[in-house]
Amino acid sequence: MTSENQQVCIGMLVYDHPGVMMKVTGMFARRGFNISSISVGHSERPGFSRITIMAEGDQATIEQIIKQLHKLIDIVKVQHLEPSRTTMRESALVKVLVKDNNTRQEIMTLVDIYTGRVIDVTSKTMTLEIVGTQRKVDSFIELISEIANIKEIARSGVLALYRGEETITLD
Amino acid sequence: MRIIIGTDIIVKLLKDTKNTTLFGYPGGAIMPFYDRIYGDADIRLILVRHEQSAGHAADGFARASGRLGVCVTTSGPGATNLVTALANAYYDSSPVLAFSGQVSTRLIGNDAFQEADVVGCTMAVTKQNYQVKDVNNLGRVFKEAIYIATTGRPGPVFIDLPRDVQGAECTIPDPIPEKVELASYNPRVFSKGAALQIKRALDILFKAQYPVIIAGGGVALANASKELEEVVNLLRIPVVYTLMGKGVISDDHPYVLGMIGMHGRKRSNFAVSEADAILALGTRFSDRITGDLSQFPGQPSAKVIHVDIDTAEIGKNVPVDVPIVADLKLALQEFLEQVKRRLADAKNGVLSSWWYKYIKELKESSGIPDASRPGKTGRIIPEKIMFELNKILQTDDIVVTEVGQAQMYSAHYLNIRKPRTWISSGGLGTMGFGFPAGIGAKVAKPDSQVWVVAGDGSFQMNLHELATVKQHDIKINIIVVNNQYLGMVRQWQELLHEKRYSYTCLGCKDGRYFPDFVKLADAYGLEGVRVDKPEQVAGALAQASRSDGTFVVEIMVEPESNILPMLQPGGSLNTFYSRRREQKSIYDWYCRLPRTEAEQRGYKVERIKKEEDDVAVFFEDES
Repeated sequence: MTSENQQVCIGMLVYDHPGVMMKVTGMFARRGFNISSISVGHSERPGFSRITIMAEGDQATIEQIIKQLHKLIDIVKVQHLEPSRTTMRESALVKVLVKDNNTRQEIMTLVDIYTGRVIDVTSKTMTLEIVGTQRKVDSFIELISEIANIKEIARSGVLALYRGEETITLD
Repeated sequence: MRIIIGTDIIVKLLKDTKNTTLFGYPGGAIMPFYDRIYGDADIRLILVRHEQSAGHAADGFARASGRLGVCVTTSGPGATNLVTALANAYYDSSPVLAFSGQVSTRLIGNDAFQEADVVGCTMAVTKQNYQVKDVNNLGRVFKEAIYIATTGRPGPVFIDLPRDVQGAECTIPDPIPEKVELASYNPRVFSKGAALQIKRALDILFKAQYPVIIAGGGVALANASKELEEVVNLLRIPVVYTLMGKGVISDDHPYVLGMIGMHGRKRSNFAVSEADAILALGTRFSDRITGDLSQFPGQPSAKVIHVDIDTAEIGKNVPVDVPIVADLKLALQEFLEQVKRRLADAKNGVLSSWWYKYIKELKESSGIPDASRPGKTGRIIPEKIMFELNKILQTDDIVVTEVGQAQMYSAHYLNIRKPRTWISSGGLGTMGFGFPAGIGAKVAKPDSQVWVVAGDGSFQMNLHELATVKQHDIKINIIVVNNQYLGMVRQWQELLHEKRYSYTCLGCKDGRYFPDFVKLADAYGLEGVRVDKPEQVAGALAQASRSDGTFVVEIMVEPESNILPMLQPGGSLNTFYSRRREQKSIYDWYCRLPRTEAEQRGYKVERIKKEEDDVAVFFEDES
């Protein structure tokens, strides 16, 4: 029961009803489980949404999280998306203050290395877009913070799908 | 029946599913529904005096009958008053359908009069909840709600019903679907995998020398008592039960030891502490059952087999060696078949269990005492009430308890012989549950005597229902065990807070007390009697059972009586407070085993102790 904490990715297909998000997040809050990120949007099927949650806990906790999610009647499918079988992406928008041209150059080089984009520029700021694994986004943000003053960050939360033919869908 | 508007759908579905007994309280936003059932001879609605009671009564109805309990209230306060009752039903897995009025759809979100976000309020305490904004969905939602509440692990379902939807005309030809289609809900009953797991479980149980069964409320919910008893008889495994599991197997059964847990019997806790194999049936291993989880099971090598219909309960609190997700009735039937096959041929192994032989001895050494003398302040000792009640309890009588000391005395001592004849608030521990639940039970089982065992504190939480029983001519026998304290909290204060009785005394400083429960009954036009002496208890109970209407027996008991033994909060199953107000080790109980057996198990037997009856200490001088 006292195994080490780990981050897991949980994929869900849910009914697109009002209050479903509240039921999911409410269950986490009520039982003291931690969510590190959550993303929601329409799925491939009308009337159903897809939720992707990154959660943290030891093995027993994660098992409980998945079982408790299963119990929620508005949730149609729940799966633990194991990293080895899953593609995961997160995107982030990072707004930085730019003091001089030198810094601007450095930032653009870094954005290039990370195959990001500059999506807005003013005389004082730049807004950068980066897409990748959570780790890639983390390290990008860390490096940017060393050369420029980060004013604002918005992250999408992790999106994930199984690799190959495996899916979390209604058959 | 022609379906024209929303309320037609509800009434048709209630009648089709034979759920025609409702508990409720009207109000503005639910008026269309109440208007619809006006004069309808097929619908019976018990008008309570507080919405919380409607919920508890529906819960009590469900527990006594095994069917759905239904309650219906108005919006805002009417609905928020239901929240406690829904939570109570949720934690005890009781099938309850609650629906409330709501302000009209065009007003929702405007903070209109008597508007409350009840879907939000009830989210965490219901199995599922709904708000119906389109009358064409009403039939589907009600059908789904009834299905969800009564299948799998049962639970309460709440429906929020805006006023305009109740009266709106359906625009589709067939607003009630033929069957429920829910991709997301598939109450699992039994699989081939479960049969294999049962084989593994039996491998363990056949080898175990010291096995024990923990029977929980799930056995009653699955109507699996008969199967349980047969399995017990064949496997010769002693049975302990949880508070919710009381009654799932008769207390008279020779292998039944009694309740376990915080206020469990010593012998039961002892059995679980010592077991080398535990078969847990329909229990969720709550903290009140296990004590300190790090010391459960008592023997670290003990194997735990857990059967439950709810996957999430397996491994939630206690690590499990053999998990079995199944409907208990089907699982126990499979157990039975496999046991019979194994026993038919000794090559398959023979039962190693031996300790069941000593249960009779254990039970006799800790039976219920006839505390016929008064206690140290001259008042009655609560055990006396249980002793007398046991003598007149019939098999079909239903005992409903409030919460606190009176509940634990009842759980400890009363002989309950059938499932669904013991009704008590387990998970939530709701004071005020017992009386309205008793009303529900009596309505469900009009031919059974219903005994509500209450403390003076709990009873005062919903005593206004005296009006309900009077109005509807419902006969309940109410025993108010009056110690003028919030007894359970006071007991904890005595044992854990050096008798600092912080706000637990319900009487006056000079010893006068109130209310006079007999006069109170009289005010509602009901009979009652006060009992001060031990020798009057039996007569008063007999008088109650004979009376035509609800009868209140107020019994004045020792103010500082304790229900013991009691586990140390946070302690393990073998550390408890006993009557001697000191912690005793379960070691004393080893001494009850024959010397040779105890030594075989590695216990040092230094003395064979003849322990006095637990209750004897009350008669001793405090010095």
